[in-house]
Amino acid sequence: MRGANLAVAIEFEESTEWMDVCALDDLVPWYGGCALVQGRQVAIFYLNEDGLYAIDNYDPIGKANVLHRGIVGDINGELVVASPLYKQHFSLITGQCLEKKEAHVETYAVRVVAGRVHIGVRVPD
Amino acid sequence: MQTRTRLVIIGNGMVGHKLVETLVGSAVAQRFELITFCEESRYAYDRVHLSEFFNGKNAQDLSLVAEGFYSRHGVTVHLNDKAVAIDRANKIVTSARGHEVDYDKLVLATGSYPFVPPIAGSDREGCFVYRTIEDLEAITVKAQASRIGVVVGGGLLGLEAANALKSLGLETHVVEFAPRLMAVQIDAGGGAVLRSKIEALGVRVHVAKNTTRIGAGSERLHRLEFEDGASLETDLVVFSAGIRPRDEIARACDLALGARGGISVNNHCQTSDADIYAIGECAVWNNQIFGLVGPGYQMAQVASAHLCGDAASFTGADMSTKLKLLGVDVASIGDAHGKSHGARAYTFIDEPNGIYKKLVVSAEGQHLLGAVLVGEAEAYGNLLQIVLNGLGLPEHPEALILPVSPAGAPGLGVDALPDVAQICSCNNVSKGELCAAIRAGATSLGALKSETKASTTCGGCAPLVTQILNKEMARLGFAVKKDLCEHFPHSRQELYHIVRVERCKTFEELLDKHGRGRGCDICKPAVASILAACWNDYVLQKEHAGLQDTNDHYLANMQKDGTYSVIPRVPAGEITPEKLIALGRVAKQHGLYTKITGAQRIDMFGARVDQLPHIWKDLVAAGFESGHAYAKALRTVKSCVGSTWCRYGVQDSVGLAIEIEDRYKGLRAPHKIKMAVSGCTRECAEAQGKDVGVIATDKGWNLYVCGNGGVKPRHADLFATDLDKATLIQYIDRFFMFYIRTAGRLQRTAVWMENMEGGLEYLKDVIIHDTLGIGAELEAEMAAVIDTYECEWKKTIEDPDKVKRFRHFVNSDKKDSNVIFVHERGQIRPATEAEKLLAPRARGGLNQLP
Ligand code: SRM
Ligand SMILES: Cc1cc2nc3c(=O)[nH]c(=O)nc-3n(C[C@H](O)[C@H](O)[C@H](O)COP(=O)(O)OP(=O)(O)OC[C@H]3O[C@@H](n4cnc5c(N)ncnc54)[C@H](O)[C@@H]3O)c2cc1C
Ligand code: SF4
Ligand code: FES
Repeated sequence: MRGANLAVAIEFEESTEWMDVCALDDLVPWYGGCALVQGRQVAIFYLNEDGLYAIDNYDPIGKANVLHRGIVGDINGELVVASPLYKQHFSLITGQCLEKKEAHVETYAVRVVAGRVHIGVRVPD
Repeated sequence: MQTRTRLVIIGNGMVGHKLVETLVGSAVAQRFELITFCEESRYAYDRVHLSEFFNGKNAQDLSLVAEGFYSRHGVTVHLNDKAVAIDRANKIVTSARGHEVDYDKLVLATGSYPFVPPIAGSDREGCFVYRTIEDLEAITVKAQASRIGVVVGGGLLGLEAANALKSLGLETHVVEFAPRLMAVQIDAGGGAVLRSKIEALGVRVHVAKNTTRIGAGSERLHRLEFEDGASLETDLVVFSAGIRPRDEIARACDLALGARGGISVNNHCQTSDADIYAIGECAVWNNQIFGLVGPGYQMAQVASAHLCGDAASFTGADMSTKLKLLGVDVASIGDAHGKSHGARAYTFIDEPNGIYKKLVVSAEGQHLLGAVLVGEAEAYGNLLQIVLNGLGLPEHPEALILPVSPAGAPGLGVDALPDVAQICSCNNVSKGELCAAIRAGATSLGALKSETKASTTCGGCAPLVTQILNKEMARLGFAVKKDLCEHFPHSRQELYHIVRVERCKTFEELLDKHGRGRGCDICKPAVASILAACWNDYVLQKEHAGLQDTNDHYLANMQKDGTYSVIPRVPAGEITPEKLIALGRVAKQHGLYTKITGAQRIDMFGARVDQLPHIWKDLVAAGFESGHAYAKALRTVKSCVGSTWCRYGVQDSVGLAIEIEDRYKGLRAPHKIKMAVSGCTRECAEAQGKDVGVIATDKGWNLYVCGNGGVKPRHADLFATDLDKATLIQYIDRFFMFYIRTAGRLQRTAVWMENMEGGLEYLKDVIIHDTLGIGAELEAEMAAVIDTYECEWKKTIEDPDKVKRFRHFVNSDKKDSNVIFVHERGQIRPATEAEKLLAPRARGGLNQLP
């Protein structure tokens, strides 16, 4: 699992534009931060050696921009964040909600370059 | 390999989609090539919950089709394309966009359309029906510029539409042709109760009114004219006068129709052409149409089985319904009108509470034939099962509808039901199927729902499904697991002892030695609470910050829109005029909504995360401390005014309340703890409803423990009498520490004590008689917590690094644009989703009071 995020980053390399959002030090390990990326709110989670993850900040069930303020952990081995509003879990890897199959959030590529966190924005062809 | 059967489905509504879902999930899915025509601009959505559109659900929330589902299964969908003709001889379907598709088998799932009575003027602008998302969008837009709305039709859907108009802020009227509401489902008595309940909610009901014409109004846009000469002016009209099957395409190709329309089908759902099936609301079986989704789903299953070559028959469906209309429970079961030969009835009416219940029983009184429930429909599940399974009636059938005595409802538990009993009528799931799924491992309600689909449509069967789950689990002898969660094979109590004994200081350490994985939102806050109770470190310290629930993390309570509320401590509810003014000033300055809470203090709502440190800087400067309303911790010590002012008071209750609130403030516990002190036996502080309550006597203080309000109120038990203050405090110290040591996660004191072997007497032994010899230890542990108290907010605003965390964005000072307020009664409140739709102008930024 640890390498997973790196693979995502490489896969997107060609069609991805990277946006510098903050220093790695600005993030609290095992907690979320929220970045504004081209008008979208992106929740970023820094899980020490488990890597960095980024998903939509908007909770489609609670209908508020709060996911970065949820508790992160794992459920049956899947890294998740629990929405602080009604506690549904969203996979940090796929964005899928574990409790409600219709609920799903976007995931984004993240990388760290020289201590700075970059979010991948897919460039339309 | 066999060539594939090309199956064309006309209509992608609830039932059409169900057919696709059933077919692609079948063992022989490969045999079919599926093509479907969908007249609407979106894939199938949940029409049953359409009205939730006004509670903030959008088209995507209502969708029944998971993203990519159709393409994954190779289903071709012609979206936004209506099938207009069927050439049966050559087996070709033609669409409005000019597609010509030949078929081997064809299924019609065209649903129905809302019937608009032939009234002159019914086509004026501002007249709507209530069937699709587009209808609701149009109503929303029109409502913006309207003050009054009228629903024509007082049936089930009419009342649902009335609720929608009301929630859009319109003065709402319902006009019904019949002499009562919901004439099809309920009888006159039920109709009268329903009417008075609905009128009490502010909806005007006009029954026995035949609308003859709609013309221009003098004050409002329209005037409705009635046969009796009366009239009613309105800006908006919604017609909800019943549905008609959409049989036009079948009619044009000469398929047999029912006497009053609808496409005739046999027991396999085949029409008069054996290669064409009809299912759902467009089909008529045995001269009956079925305007509910449950029977439609059954037809989809029958047609699917028949197409796959299996024997399956549709043999009619139960039309019982249970609904919540404008907040009023309404249910009708079986022969609600007592039309069966010789039927007799029992009726119960409770006018003050607006409850009406009727049982219809067979001539000999042995069987239940039907029932009507208005105002309270808890018995629905039970009664329906009795009717459907023909179970015998108890000796006194009236007991089934009489108010429940404290001894509990009589009646038939789920045990009495046979395995074939259909529990979920929407999805046709029997008790036997539920039990089998439970045995196969679906041991939570969530798992059971996704495994069997039971309770996923109207939800009416949820209480029964839960009962069956619990019974079956008990029967299988599942021990209730005490493990906190998948990460720790220990109970909260065991973890507490481990933390104490090993002097464990962080979550990481505990997880490394005693757990597995990375933790979750169950174990992290639970461990954080244990660590705080044992060592009282600052909760936002680096090692602890990520463990905290958002409320503890931001030291405020998250509200529905992601903003927070702020409650400063007001010990015992005593507050100086200066401090009251200070609170008002701070709230005004930061644009917050204020409310007096149910616990003698003041709550300020609508604070964005970036505002919190600023608000607290002002509050701390004015002498306030954190009220810990966000924490599982001591909340308040409520007090009455006591002997200082009150002519009956025998002790200074305010003085004592302040002293103990200061003593225990910040104390973290398995759940929140609440206290109160009353100055005499009149008990104005409601101390007997608290975890710890104190009531003054002329000799000292009586101590009560383990009470609470809330979900399951419980009166506190008298624990010790006429105590002096030192002893009182000694007992409370021991009581709280013993609770913190031994209670389960999120267990309040009452539940903790009730689950304790020996109960109250044992607790008295431990606390008063110190039979475990731990009294001194408990007191010392409490003293350590009290000595290390710091106001978390004061500490936070003094640390620039911590203040930095209170930003919405790491890379911008912009505000969250989804936080939108509107004004009501002179203050702000969060905009509803419907209001956000109406006010796109407000989207860009905050609309706050200055
Ligand atoms: C603000 C307030 C209502 C009000 O406007 O008056 C309130 C608001 C909430 N209560 Fe309460 N309760 C408030 C007094 C009460 C009272 C009355 C009292 O304390 O005297 C009770 C019943 C007494 C009791 O607890 O024994 C009460 C019983 C509950 C319960 C049910 C607890 C139970 O054991 O059954 C919950 C749910 C829970 O804690 O799990 C709850 C939970 C909540 C939550 C935290 C729900 C949530 O998770 O968002 C609400 C937070 C709103 C907010 O952010 O402020 N609230 N709540 C009151 C704050 C009091 C304060 O100054 O701290
Ligand atoms: C507000 C509301 C509340 C309801 N509440 C409940 C409830 O609580 N419980 C309950 O059991 N039922 C309820 N119902 C009824 C339930 O929604 C219907 O029984 C169910 O949707 C019927 O499914 P269907 O597929 O037969 O029809 P529909 O869902 O109407 O689907 C038919 C689809 O076929 C399309 N179509 C028609 N003709 C063509 C054509 N020629 N070419 C292409 N497409 C075509 C239509 O546009 C439509 O999308 C409610 C309905 C409404 C409107
Ligand atoms: S009673 Fe319910 S809605 Fe009211 S404040 Fe308490 S939790 Fe919130
Ligand atoms: S009866 Fe409607 S979901 Fe079960």
